[in-house]
Formats: sequence, structure tokens, C-alpha cells
Amino acid sequence: MPAAIKATGLRKSYGDKLVLDGIDLYVPQGTVFALLGPNGAGKTTTVQILSTLIDADAGQVEIAGHDLAEDPDGVRSAIGVTGQFSALDDKLTGRENLILMADLHHLGKIEGRRRADALLERFDLRDAAGKLAATYSGGMRRRLDLAMTLVGDPRVIFLDEPTTGLDPRSRRTMWKIIGDLVAGGVTVLLTTQYLDEADRLADQIAVLDHGRLVAQGSAQELKRRVPGGHIRLRFADATELHRAAHLLTDAVLDKENLTLRVPSDGSLPALRALLDRLDATAVQPEELQVHTPDLDDVFFALTGRPDTAKEALR
Amino acid sequence: MSALSHAASDSATMLRRNLRHALRYPSLTLSVAGLPIIFLLLFVYVFGGALGTGIGGSRAQYLDYLVPGIILMTVASGSLMTAVAVSVDVTEGIIDRFRTMAISRASLLTGHVIGSLITTMFSTALVIGFALALGFRPDAGPVEWIATIGVLLMVTFALTWLAVALGVFAKSPESASNLPLPLQLLPMIGSGFVPTGSMPAGLRWFAEYQPFTPVIETLRGLLMGTPIGHSAVTSAAWCAGIALVGYVWAKTRFNRNRAR
Ligand SMILES: Nc1ncnc2c1ncn2[C@@H]1O[C@H](COP(=O)(O)OP(=O)(O)OP(=O)(O)O)[C@@H](O)[C@H]1O
Ligand SMILES: [Mg+2]
Repeated sequence: MPAAIKATGLRKSYGDKLVLDGIDLYVPQGTVFALLGPNGAGKTTTVQILSTLIDADAGQVEIAGHDLAEDPDGVRSAIGVTGQFSALDDKLTGRENLILMADLHHLGKIEGRRRADALLERFDLRDAAGKLAATYSGGMRRRLDLAMTLVGDPRVIFLDEPTTGLDPRSRRTMWKIIGDLVAGGVTVLLTTQYLDEADRLADQIAVLDHGRLVAQGSAQELKRRVPGGHIRLRFADATELHRAAHLLTDAVLDKENLTLRVPSDGSLPALRALLDRLDATAVQPEELQVHTPDLDDVFFALTGRPDTAKEALR
Repeated sequence: MSALSHAASDSATMLRRNLRHALRYPSLTLSVAGLPIIFLLLFVYVFGGALGTGIGGSRAQYLDYLVPGIILMTVASGSLMTAVAVSVDVTEGIIDRFRTMAISRASLLTGHVIGSLITTMFSTALVIGFALALGFRPDAGPVEWIATIGVLLMVTFALTWLAVALGVFAKSPESASNLPLPLQLLPMIGSGFVPTGSMPAGLRWFAEYQPFTPVIETLRGLLMGTPIGHSAVTSAAWCAGIALVGYVWAKTRFNRNRAR
């Protein structure tokens, strides 16, 4: 497949602070690419460079066949950008905002209005169409923001943290919208701090940390890079805990929380075998949790620290 | 469409956006006329008697003397609105959206300049109407009125480009609202409120050579029939200079990468 986004050796510093330290990206047409990283990793900076907002210090970028340095207007005509912070005109209504975009895309009066109304419908904003954007809730602003991005029918879309600050329902709506876009052949590069979001949406995930890509691959491939999952057993008291630990010698003991982490693939036979062994010695765990490896583990394994961003935000 | 017609159509779109803002918040547009009208009332009714004697006449004659300065004050107030509106645009998120679109870069600024010309001319008409109601009696004929409008457009155009530059330059809309303040008060330190001849030497020198004085003299000449001399030419030169400085400053700052 031809590349929608191809970047090599992107570097950027602010003063003597190195923000991007040689980023290479390759995003095939019609796929979703997630740039995953904690606060300050350089996600927004990457999006700003790719979307012609700021210049990189070094590196080459080609988007939809246009060279970023030589033909920025070519790039601009192919892309749509929804930045991390809303880019609406608060003093216009939702509909007027969309028509403003349509006019700037030279769609003509009739087609512009038609497209604005279709987008209002699709993004569930019809009832608020005539209200000032300043009065919109966070979720509505996010939706209007994305709708404005779509007015020009871009082939490559950048979404910088499209779901940050949204409630679970709005997040799901946003995910569905992104899914539909990709089904229509659009290429999406999104950034996120949410591991499950990348897992859910992206064909390819790149983990960005301190301006460097520390890993890249599908969610499956990334998960394969971490040690297997485990079963967590919690016990009523220390006596029970120690009896169980005696029995399950490969388990990791956590005295403080009265838990045991037993390495396991989490499959049903493995689970049954474990419970049988416990039964035989009449040790009764109070609680049991099956933990299959997720991107949290990936992040931890790759960066050597827990995903602080996620902890801070959830 | 060619690049030029794209630029024109984008500027028209931006202009429509600005006019929509102005119509949606009419109080903001009206407030441009507010300060000049307060000054007009204050100077005519509180100081007008004394100042009228000072120019060898009455309160009514002082009103006639004062109006050109008040008109310029209105134009300067209008430029303050422009600076704030531009600053809001370049500091808020929407500018980033415009910058990632294949639109003519200058269109945002052009839209502001033309929009300000329209709203400021409207405010000026309001202030002149108010002055007429108070008893302002110009003896200008149709030709002089047309020339007056021409001069006003010229000054407004120049100050608006300067205001656009200040708006792009300001770190925030708050600071943008302070930057043009000296412009608003400048007519007072010129021939706007009292003849420069009544000022002490140093101040008088400044008052006679500052850009607003020839403009005021030109307007006064057109409206009241006082001698214009070379004020018209000097005004045109000042306006061309100010417009050029504002234009170049605004463009270079605006085209520079976002320095946030
Ligand atoms: N204009 C700037 N001037 C100086 N430093 C900057 C500037 N923009 C970004 N940085 C720095 O670059 C680093 C990366 O910032 P960036 O906004 O790309 O991170 P991010 O991954 O998007 O983070 P977040 O999740 O908080 O949005 C940060 O340390 C930030 O302080
Ligand atoms: Mg960011």
C-alpha cells in the first residue's frame, strides 16, 4: 500500500530542550496509526510538524505524496487537523462554524450548506446547530471540532488526543466516528494517552517517550513483547496467604496487599488446575483476578516505569 | 479559480465572519462611539464656555472647532477594537485551524482591515450625527463631504493596519486593548481640542508635528472652511507611512511560525 504519511529523522528542540529526537513514521493509506505517550512525550509537537504548523529542525516528511517542505499548501489541501485544544469560533453558532469551513474550502453556497447540515446530523449536533459554540459542552465542542475538520473531505486526518476529557459514552461515539472514517478509506494518525484506545482503534501503534519511539507494531505484537499474564489471588489473612505461597512456589508474594501473583496464560484449563490445587489443601482465596497482558504492561516493560500519564488522568 | 480569486474569496469569507461578530455583539461596536461622545459632551458643556472664549468665540463655535478632533478619537477607538479582535484570533485555537488549511494567509488580516473600515465608518457616522444633534454646523458642501469621507477612509485604513500589527504582536487580548490607548489620546495633544499656539514651547512643537494634527486641520478645513495649506499632503504622507509600517509589521509577525 502507498504511504499516506512518511516521516524520517524528525528532530525538534525548543532552546536547548530536545523535544523530538529522530522520529520515523510510516503510515499506509487507509489505516489508523496511534502515537501513544505520556504528557510531554512530544505527541503534539509531532502532529504540529506533520500538519505544517511548525517547522522541524531536521527530517523529511511526505504526506499524501506532497513534500512538506516544498509543497506545504499541497499537504494542507490533503489533510484535516483536530488539535489537542478546540479550534472553533466561539462567537459563531455550530452551523456557522461549519459553513465558515465550507466557504474556505470554496464548496459553493448550496453544497457548503448541504455538507454542514449533513455533518450536524452525523455528529448529533442538529439541536444545537443554532447555538453559539461558546455555549457547547466539552463533548459537543470536540464533536464540532472534528466535524469542522471533515468539511473539506480530507484524505489524511490528524487527531491530537481526540477523546481526552470525554465521558465514556462520548468516547465510544468518537471511536465509532473514527472507525467509520477509516472504513471510508481515510488515513488517521491519532495521539492518545489511553492504552485501551490505541488497542481498540489502531492498526499500528508507536510508543513515544521523551521524544523517541521506543516501540512500534500492532497491539498484538506489542503485547507479545511483554512477559505473560498472571492470576492474582487475594487472601483473608497472612496465614492463608503463606499456606498458599508454600503450595504455589512460582508465585510472587505481596504481603502488604495479601496477594499472590501466579504466572499464567489465564486460560480456562490453567485456571481450573490452579483452583483444584488450592482446593486440595483447603486454601480459600477471597478474590481472584485474571490478568492478561495489556498495553499497561507494554508501557512498563518498554520504559521501565508505570504509565504515569494514565494514573494522573484517570 | 486562480490564486488571486482564491485570496479574494477567502478575504470575503473572513470579512463576513468579522461582520457577523460585529452584528452579534453590537454593544462592542457601539462602545467605539462611546468614549468620543463622552468627551464631546464633557468638552462642550463643561469646558466649552471657557474654551470658546479662548478661541475668540462662544460655546457653539467651540463645538465646531472640537468635532474634527472627536472624529479622529472615534477612528482611534475603532482601531482599539481591531487590535483586540485580531489578538483574540491569533491567540485562540481557531488560528491553528486556519494555518493548517490551504487558504490565503493574508485573508484573515485583510478581512479584519476591511471589517474595521466598515464598522469604524459606521461609528464615525454615529458620532457626527450626535454632534449635528448638539448643534454642530459645518459649512461643507457635497464635494467637501466626499473629500471628508475620503480623508476618514485614509486615516482609518492607516490606523487599522497599525492596530492589526499591534493585535498580532500583543501577547494577549488584554494587552492588545492597552497598546492603542496612546492613539486614542493623541488628538488631545494636537490641534484637536485647543489651538497648538496656546501650548508651551516643547509640547507645542510635538503637537504641531504629530501625525494627527495635519489630519485634524484637513478635516477642519473641509468641514469649517478654515485654511488647509499643505496639511492635506502631510496627512496623506503620514497615513501612507503608518499604513506601510503597520502592514509590513503585521505580515512579518503573522507569517512567522507560531512562537507559543
Ligand atoms: N513552544 C514550546 N516552547 C518550549 N517548549 C515546548 C514548546 N512546545 C512544547 N514544548 C515542550 O516539548 C515537550 C513535548 O511537548 P508536547 O506538547 O509535544 O507533548 P505531548 O506529548 O503532546 O504532551 P501532552 O500529553 O501533555 O499533550 C514538552 O516538554 C513541552 O514542554
Ligand atoms: Mg499534546
